[in-house]
Amino acid sequence: MDVILFLVFATIAVVCAISVVVQTHPIASALSLVGVMASLAVLYLLLGAEFIAMAQVVVYAGAIMVLFVFVIMLLNAGAESKSGRSLVASWLGIPLIIVFLGLMSFFAQRWLPFADPVRFGAFKGGSPRDIGRALFTQYLLPFEVVSVLILIAILGAIVLARKELD
Amino acid sequence: MSGVPLSWYLILSAVLFTLGVAGFLFRKNIITLFMSIELMLNAVNLSFIAFSYQLKQVNGHIFTFFVMVVAAAEAAVGLAIILTVFKNRATLNVDEVDSMKY
Repeated sequence: MDVILFLVFATIAVVCAISVVVQTHPIASALSLVGVMASLAVLYLLLGAEFIAMAQVVVYAGAIMVLFVFVIMLLNAGAESKSGRSLVASWLGIPLIIVFLGLMSFFAQRWLPFADPVRFGAFKGGSPRDIGRALFTQYLLPFEVVSVLILIAILGAIVLARKELD
Repeated sequence: MSGVPLSWYLILSAVLFTLGVAGFLFRKNIITLFMSIELMLNAVNLSFIAFSYQLKQVNGHIFTFFVMVVAAAEAAVGLAIILTVFKNRATLNVDEVDSMKY
């Protein structure tokens, strides 16, 4: 059951990710990215990360992607126009990226030969209770710093996007 | 019944990260570039969660949480910058946004 669920949702994630890269229209890319995020949320649940799966759906697939779709609609972005790219990039780009993927997969295989197989329900440390306990004891200072960071980001977005009053 | 090897999750993460890099390098639309960055962040989150499962610790979940917060901040500021660029240049193609002053 674990293997079937993993394979189904990993396939959905990879197909949607390819669609993000290949589609020429930004709206199609954005909707494919929502598919990637939703299937990743299922994989997080399989890995025992309940809170993070919830936050993935609410924050990523909900808030951030709505922001993206909102900006795409606001700017009325159409399909991407073809423009010339350099010969070196078109000849070397795909092989280099495949080499990069191969290296990362090789090291992932090589460094974890004796890792336990992942079983649903074997790790129960990802509940909101455990996350909250870690967040408000061990990681209290980073949590507060990050809250200041997001306040600064909100102010920066307002300052950047406002109309000039002159 | 045997479970899924942990390396499958890491390889899936590598595949998603590589697709994000490919999108970032090959696309011209600045919004699509931004979505490729989000794809890379998601791929790294998946490997954080996988390692957190392997080590049976909650720390990876906390890092993922912080990555999500920083991604939200980045999306807010980045999309505001995109709005400003579009207002000044009337284009979303990164090849045409190549002068610092005009």
